[in-house]
Amino acid sequence: MSIYWSVLTVLLLLGITAPTALAFGFAGASAARSRIAPISWLGRGYVAVVRGVPDIAFFLFFVIALDQVIEATRHHVLCPDWVEPIRQGSDFVVCQAAKMPLGNAPQWVHESYGFAIAVFTFAIVFGAFAANVIQGAMAAVPRGQIETGESYGMTSRQTFWRILVPQMWVYALPGLSNLWMVLIKATPLLFLLGIQDIVYWARELGGIKTSRFTDYPHGDWRMWYFLALLVFYLIFTRVSEITLERLMARLTRGQATTAGEAQRKAGTI
Amino acid sequence: MNACVQTITDYGLRAIGIGKRLLPREDFTLCEQFTLIGSGMIWNVYFGVLALIAGFGFATLLALGKASNIKVIRKPSEWFIFLFRGSPLFIQFFFGYFLFLKLKTVFPIFAPFTAAWLGALVVLFFNTSAYTAEIFYGALRSIPKGDIEAADAYGLSGWTRFKRVIWPTMLRLAWPAYTNEAIFLFHATTLVFFSGFPAWQQRGDALYYASYFADKTFNPFIPYPILAGYFILLTLCVIGLFSIVNRRLNRHLPANTRQRLRIRPNLIR
Repeated sequence: MSIYWSVLTVLLLLGITAPTALAFGFAGASAARSRIAPISWLGRGYVAVVRGVPDIAFFLFFVIALDQVIEATRHHVLCPDWVEPIRQGSDFVVCQAAKMPLGNAPQWVHESYGFAIAVFTFAIVFGAFAANVIQGAMAAVPRGQIETGESYGMTSRQTFWRILVPQMWVYALPGLSNLWMVLIKATPLLFLLGIQDIVYWARELGGIKTSRFTDYPHGDWRMWYFLALLVFYLIFTRVSEITLERLMARLTRGQATTAGEAQRKAGTI
Repeated sequence: MNACVQTITDYGLRAIGIGKRLLPREDFTLCEQFTLIGSGMIWNVYFGVLALIAGFGFATLLALGKASNIKVIRKPSEWFIFLFRGSPLFIQFFFGYFLFLKLKTVFPIFAPFTAAWLGALVVLFFNTSAYTAEIFYGALRSIPKGDIEAADAYGLSGWTRFKRVIWPTMLRLAWPAYTNEAIFLFHATTLVFFSGFPAWQQRGDALYYASYFADKTFNPFIPYPILAGYFILLTLCVIGLFSIVNRRLNRHLPANTRQRLRIRPNLIR
């Protein structure tokens, strides 16, 4: 039963992470464009730092670091009279009330906490890449379009929301769809974060010597489970490719690009 | 200071099985962490360099295959590229490992393939070939028509035309993207010991040791930045080598029109 759950977990992760990362990316790109210097630095700094660090090291590092930061903060707020240091040699000690989630919390709280941290990590990392794409897309919108808006007397906020943002998507989509493909392929890393996803189950169910399934009447099937996973990801990739192609065709309609022009001509003939 | 020299002689080549058998268990010093993680880098460099060299030749063949007009050659190349680019490397490692385990029981000749040094290398080789082939294919398609017409006008054809005109131009066009692929491949080598392939006698790569220290000390803030530092150094070396080749490939162009290498960090594959 749990294996079906795990497929759902992966889909859920994609479903939550993609919009969140997009929001992070949008915020990052808008911040980087800002005319107020500190905000602009913040946006640029976020993109530069996250993109510069090697991939899975970030995932491994960030999850533990985030967990410890949360616990340490709660520790300082909830147990102010605790005198011993948090780091005792090689141990990380916080008071009982600061444990996240609480030690007596039910199992599902633990699981969803882990899941939330995973989603947050994915969103931060992919947000930085999305911010980079969106930043480029915003710069690619022809200057004339914005000038037209200004000549109609729009404020800079209005040109941003009414002209720049609607037009930027067509330039951002190739980069974003690339990112989506990478995001699909990054989901097995959930396994590294200790969540019982499909990779975990493929290993468990297929193996012979696992404690929980010793009475399974078959040998080592892990190879076939992983083959199934491989095919699952391939199909997923292919379906996404086709969907994104359609979306691109839809977004191109009426745009001032070569493809948009070609579409217009094809329509009139 | 002397203690550190002693540590380096003890653990400097630990990753390839030379030196002390037991890893340090407590009271980890900074020196030990630097030495062991650095020792693990031997494997990252080994996998990266060999997969890159072998992958280069195979990728050229695959790219030519994908660009071919003959369906029998084109289809397998397309499928190979789609298979390895469309699925996560993580799953490929798992699948490869269990496939080799299975094959070992039938043909004993596959025994060395279940060890990381050969099995993971094969998987990485196929993977980087597929990614590189796609880059080379794109470059093949964007060779200026005039270059080929000029070659025809000089009476070059077949192998000579390929060797003197098509191949160098393809390399020149593909080089910036290929540099990114190389950097990306080195980052991907960290996945080897995190997936199916076991680290025999605790001979692992840099990330293996970094996560060993993070597990033992509960402190991710030391080993992972060390790992990141090593990878930044490695990346700088790769960039240095590749830009020498880039200069050689573009030596006929005037200095101000040469395209510079632009480093665009990638995510998980």
